[in-house]
Amino acid sequence: MDKVNVTIDGIKIEVPAKYTILEAARSAGVKIPTLCYLKGINEIGACRVCLVEVVGGRSLSAACVTPVTEGMVVQTQTPRVRNTRRSTLEMILSDHNRDCLACIRNGNCELQTLSETYGIREISFEGTKSPSQYDDVSASIVRDSSKCIACGRCVAACQKQGISVLSFINRGFETAIGPAYDISMADAPCIYCGQCIIACPVGALHEKEDDERVWNAIMDPKKHVVVQVAPAVRAALGECFGLPIGTRVTGKMFAALRRLGFDKIYDTNFGADLTIMEEGTELLNRIKTGGKLPMITSCSPGWIRFAEFYYPDFLDNLSTCKSPHQMEGAIIKSYYAEKKGIDPKDIFVVSIMPCTSKKTEADRDEMFNPSLGVRDVDAVLTTREISRMIKQAGIDFNHLPDEGPDQDLIGEYTGAAVIFGATGGVMEAALRTVADILGEQDLPAIEYQAVRGVESLIKEAEIEIGEHKIRVAVAHSTAAARKLLDDIRDGSAPEYHFIEIMGCSGGCVCGGGQPQIDAQTLMDIDLRTARAQALYEEDVIMPERKSHKNADVEKLYQEFLEQPNSHKAHALLHTHYQRREIYPDSVLQSNDTE
Amino acid sequence: MATTTRLTHDEKINKLNKVIDKYRGQGRKVLMQLLQEAQAVYGYLPLEVQRMVADALDLSVAEVYGVITFYSFFSLNPKGDNQISVCMGTACYVKGAQAVLDKVISELGIQVGECTQDGRFSIHACRCVGACGLAPVMMINENVYGRLTPDQIPEILAKYKEA
Amino acid sequence: MDLYRTHVLICSGTNCTALQSPQIIETMEKQLKRHGLSNEVKIVQTGCFGLCDDGPIMVVYPEGVMYYHVQPDDVAEIVTEHLLKGRFVKRLMTIQTSATGGKNYSAESSKFFAKQLRIALRNCGNINPESIDEYIGNDGYFGLAKIFREKMKPEDVIEEIKMSGLRGRGGGGFPTGLKWEFAARQQSEQKYVCCNADEGDPGAFMDRSVLEGDPHSVIEAMIIAGYAIGADQGYVYVRAEYPIAIERLKIAIEQAKQYGLLGNDILGSGFAFDIGIRLGAGAFVCGEETALMRSIEGKRGNPTPRPPFPAVKGLFDKPTILNNVETYANIPAIMLKGADWFSSYGTSRSKGTKVFALGGKINNVGLIEIPMGTTVREVVYDIGGGIPDNKAFKAVQTGGPSGGCIPASMLDTPIDYDNLIEAGSMMGSGGMIVMDEDTCMVDIAKFFLEFTVEESCGKCAPCRIGTRRMLEILEKITEGNGILKDIDDLERLAVAIREGSLCGLGQTAPNPVLSTLKRFREEYVEHVVDKKCRCGVCKGLTQYEIISDLCKMCGLCAKRCPTNCISGVLGKEPFVIDKSQCIKCGACMQACKFKAVVKR
Ligand SMILES: Cc1cc2nc3c(=O)[nH]c(=O)nc-3n(C[C@H](O)[C@H](O)[C@H](O)COP(=O)(O)O)c2cc1C
Ligand code: SF4
Ligand code: SF4
Ligand code: SF4
Ligand code: SF4
Ligand code: SF4
Ligand code: SF4
Ligand code: SF4
Ligand code: SF4
Ligand code: FES
Ligand code: FES
Ligand code: FES
Repeated sequence: MDKVNVTIDGIKIEVPAKYTILEAARSAGVKIPTLCYLKGINEIGACRVCLVEVVGGRSLSAACVTPVTEGMVVQTQTPRVRNTRRSTLEMILSDHNRDCLACIRNGNCELQTLSETYGIREISFEGTKSPSQYDDVSASIVRDSSKCIACGRCVAACQKQGISVLSFINRGFETAIGPAYDISMADAPCIYCGQCIIACPVGALHEKEDDERVWNAIMDPKKHVVVQVAPAVRAALGECFGLPIGTRVTGKMFAALRRLGFDKIYDTNFGADLTIMEEGTELLNRIKTGGKLPMITSCSPGWIRFAEFYYPDFLDNLSTCKSPHQMEGAIIKSYYAEKKGIDPKDIFVVSIMPCTSKKTEADRDEMFNPSLGVRDVDAVLTTREISRMIKQAGIDFNHLPDEGPDQDLIGEYTGAAVIFGATGGVMEAALRTVADILGEQDLPAIEYQAVRGVESLIKEAEIEIGEHKIRVAVAHSTAAARKLLDDIRDGSAPEYHFIEIMGCSGGCVCGGGQPQIDAQTLMDIDLRTARAQALYEEDVIMPERKSHKNADVEKLYQEFLEQPNSHKAHALLHTHYQRREIYPDSVLQSNDTE
Repeated sequence: MATTTRLTHDEKINKLNKVIDKYRGQGRKVLMQLLQEAQAVYGYLPLEVQRMVADALDLSVAEVYGVITFYSFFSLNPKGDNQISVCMGTACYVKGAQAVLDKVISELGIQVGECTQDGRFSIHACRCVGACGLAPVMMINENVYGRLTPDQIPEILAKYKEA
Repeated sequence: MDLYRTHVLICSGTNCTALQSPQIIETMEKQLKRHGLSNEVKIVQTGCFGLCDDGPIMVVYPEGVMYYHVQPDDVAEIVTEHLLKGRFVKRLMTIQTSATGGKNYSAESSKFFAKQLRIALRNCGNINPESIDEYIGNDGYFGLAKIFREKMKPEDVIEEIKMSGLRGRGGGGFPTGLKWEFAARQQSEQKYVCCNADEGDPGAFMDRSVLEGDPHSVIEAMIIAGYAIGADQGYVYVRAEYPIAIERLKIAIEQAKQYGLLGNDILGSGFAFDIGIRLGAGAFVCGEETALMRSIEGKRGNPTPRPPFPAVKGLFDKPTILNNVETYANIPAIMLKGADWFSSYGTSRSKGTKVFALGGKINNVGLIEIPMGTTVREVVYDIGGGIPDNKAFKAVQTGGPSGGCIPASMLDTPIDYDNLIEAGSMMGSGGMIVMDEDTCMVDIAKFFLEFTVEESCGKCAPCRIGTRRMLEILEKITEGNGILKDIDDLERLAVAIREGSLCGLGQTAPNPVLSTLKRFREEYVEHVVDKKCRCGVCKGLTQYEIISDLCKMCGLCAKRCPTNCISGVLGKEPFVIDKSQCIKCGACMQACKFKAVVKR
């Protein structure tokens, strides 16, 4: 790799020639503030808080987009730099709704941190605020553009998802960020993956909060509140309590949930194991009976919405399985309720998820059980929301003992389920089971490395099991899904049997409900790998690592569902999809004045 | 403009489809041209047109909308049958363009960017139409009126009110 | 051209077109037919002569008589008198104007042209821009042909341009040859040559006139540039507001294709080049080079950071050069007559000429081309004919929204890139607006800031928010609510925006304020402290009043008042203004023949 020598604030250092000043400075231990920069996603030089002085240069340079050159001498702390940064920051703050105390990002906001470090004590240039709106119509995402600093990180993130629901609109001081016509996210063809939320440095985009509803349920003596928690949450929740990225906090997490006062605590991993049984069976059936192939996983509601909006011709390829937490919710409201003798109407199921799209998923008509008159899941909380609840409850998270989920009925889970949270995990879990069934033996080789990892957005493998050959593909991020489906559509892709698609790059560990990590930290770490590591770690230590070995699942079939894909299983655990229209005329009716 | 307004919606969509087919599948790089031509046949660029354009070029509606709202030449709303553009370029400004604009505004009772109730007039403030020699200048549709004083405005407008 | 005894040149630049030159041409054609002159007299419709204020312009050769303010009704007389009988129509050669009490046009126009030197505009007003033959007849495409004939290598072409000292006429003044060299050095399958015809400076129409009057010279130059850097595709990005220019450019490109000057094997050299037209859509910032390229790519016209520079990574990420229309218009002449010839004009660091659109409070509004080094005074008083109505000169504004004001004390500044910057302004693209004692400098600063606020792309924070804050402060001041701290805040904002903005628009947006603050600070202070606008421009600080002693009770003012706020009794009671209703339009003051309406 080409290297160049640069001097930053007097520190001489050799760095790769492709580095920006920002990266070079970081290597030299010099921190340059940033706001619009998001490595690999948004490198546009817009906010101007990273300005530095390059000796010999005419104007100041934006460190985040200026490449280093041989012999470059950079000064990051001259009066000129300081004054310009400060004034710029004051300008940004002058057009900002600065109600930090009532803001969701209070204490975790890149803008707030910046004004704190810069010692902003007064905003000299007060004036009119650019037009803004508050949109909390959707069940997943709230957009408060009075907090928006027009950094474009969300636009880039959504574009990176291959969706581009968000765009810059208008220009100049009126510049806004939103869907076309600045309509509500509820009316836009948004998949609620929440990658925009993760990208946003401030409180302009966030999840629709449901914690109050959950508090109320917990406090309601008539409600039997059952909580389940998705695999990916344990890989990231610790970050909310200052633990290093990638710290696995499974034990503390269950301990905290118990202290929050939930009546019953389960792991969505049970639902994941159940999903493998249903989905694996469905796949084998499709293969045997010449059903629609490739079959595509359906556990990611972001991906499901994506297909419904953008690839409706693939809806028949989707597995009809509900996602694991919906399955688990359905089982809690039926099997569990029956066994415990509780009226399903008195049960309140809370799912703790890494995902914003699951909030809307739980709200779908299809997720209502008409015969019981209940929803599978009553509230979905993100990792961030549950962390706030834990803090509110005064729980000293970091000093909790390790505990596990409740063990009765649906308490068991396998290593196969844990890895659902990482890209390739569902595929790997399915293969572990399908291989055993097809091969009619208990195969010892169960780690399918080909489908792991984030080096490429689309991974492929061909697995030979006895005389069977199964061709599989794994795609993470909807952009990757787009590419894969386009290739399938035009025939350039091989004929796959089974495809795993996750809406978010890296899978759920990097879902839209996970903790937001500031852009500076993200310069040094690939979150997707770091968090996935925690899950693979748990997989290895589980006594059972194949879904069909889950004893509680087995029992569930014996005592209640009969067998995978049975009539009863279909009624409870399977669903269907609907084509969704992009920008139907009706979305403008509220906006249209003409 | 005058010729397109008389077309029925279906006729306009037909013409639009021809324009769009010319560019279909060519991606973003033809977006500006397509929008310009689409606006020429349709008069403006409502959601319906944006959807067609987005679809033809494999862009999202938001991306198309983002481009449209960046450029002041593109319009989301129908314009008046007669488009009045008062030049507010420097040459015109120092020669009293503001008074001319004020007069147009008070005569028509609408603000810049608005369209009269009857749809006959819309007012735009534009930048240098390149006729600085005649400053202050106003254009009504294709016609340039130069060396204006506010007094002349009612008379000029009257011509278009009758027509 | 020698078949006809007489040529009648009729200007069809935008100004003259607006003043009915097409009808004049039509009438002329009819008249010639009627008198059987169609084979003897040829009508040539040309581009702008530069004397737009006095258009429509008609010139009759071989006599070289110039007629001003020609109306369709005048055509018959010109035909019967001049063309048939050889008697000049004196009436149209000298026009009475109320301002000067009559100006002798032949004298005026000789003064107007005397100090000018036409290189970029060499063909404007001389040839029919819609005829490639006339262009070729005036040495057009000879520069290009010379390259192939003399087997000049691309390096040789670049060397010639470098030697000429030509600097970009689009505003920045970057040496053109150097820019070409950077692009030529890049290894790439695909490169592009772009022409910036987005001319956004409000009050400038040089590029428009070149395209309308001489489109082929731009095409020829782009082919030369393509050859020099190794590009085979060119784009002209032109404002949609310029329909005539676009039309002529289209015609010219078509003709060049027919003549084998564009296409696969240009003049048998094996070199291939093609040109496409892309239309702007009403965004000033798209004149900025990276924004222009993003716009051609079909994106929002947001500038992108440099580096990478367009010469390395430009349009569609390929090496690209972008030059201004006027820059290009100089190229064929340089190639033909040589770098030495070109660099013999101008000052030490600014060679050749510069075209300006002279406007504002000046007698000869129009288009001028002067050798670099001509002083501001020569432009204003000799070429421009001074200030109308005997008003006092206050300043010249150059560089448009990026520029600044040159005050009376600096009238003797020789115009070139460096001197103008030193004077606190800049060359800009060539808008030159003259201001007299009635022009309020705070208001002018506000005017430009309104422009930049409206045209800011909104990408970067300092420009998006900062210019708005500056405008708000200026509004406050011009409305009479300013305090002294506002002036300090303006300065602090100005510096931060200049230092912090991403592109040239923001970096230069504070200039009009900084320059007027520097030269006319007292006017700001007056607005803030004395609550007074000495020019009576700032409406918040002005009031109209009728001096009842002077009022002759004619009622004319009341008739003109758009808000009907003047009352009185005809012939009986002096009229009075209801100040609460007055919108300060000034119509009453204009209307009153007795100077009874005053502005305070
Ligand atoms: C905001 C802004 C607007 C500009 N507008 C124009 C323009 O209208 N025409 C132009 O030729 N150059 C314009 N420029 C300068 C161009 O960016 C570029 O420098 C120029 O076209 C290069 O050509 P030249 O070297 O021949 O001057 C503008 C620059 C900025 C920052
Ligand atoms: S976004 Fe950040 S700076 Fe703005 S109110 Fe919220 S916490 Fe404060
Ligand atoms: S930070 Fe300051 S303003 Fe905010 S709560 Fe504390 S004391 Fe109050
Ligand atoms: S949730 Fe996903 S699809 Fe929706 S706007 Fe955000 S990034 Fe785009
Ligand atoms: S919503 Fe957030 S990420 Fe998007 S532009 Fe605004 S501040 Fe940036
Ligand atoms: S990948 Fe996971 S977090 Fe992302 S949308 Fe799908 S389920 Fe939600
Ligand atoms: S300086 Fe202004 S025009 Fe230029 S990028 Fe920034 S906001 Fe856009
Ligand atoms: S200035 Fe205008 S509004 Fe005021 S009194 Fe005179 S005419 Fe009427
Ligand atoms: S026009 Fe003059 S003289 Fe006549 S009424 Fe008005 S103020 Fe009096
Ligand atoms: S401009 Fe560099 S971080 Fe925003
Ligand atoms: S400024 Fe109005 S036409 Fe040029
Ligand atoms: S347009 Fe005719 S002289 Fe300028």
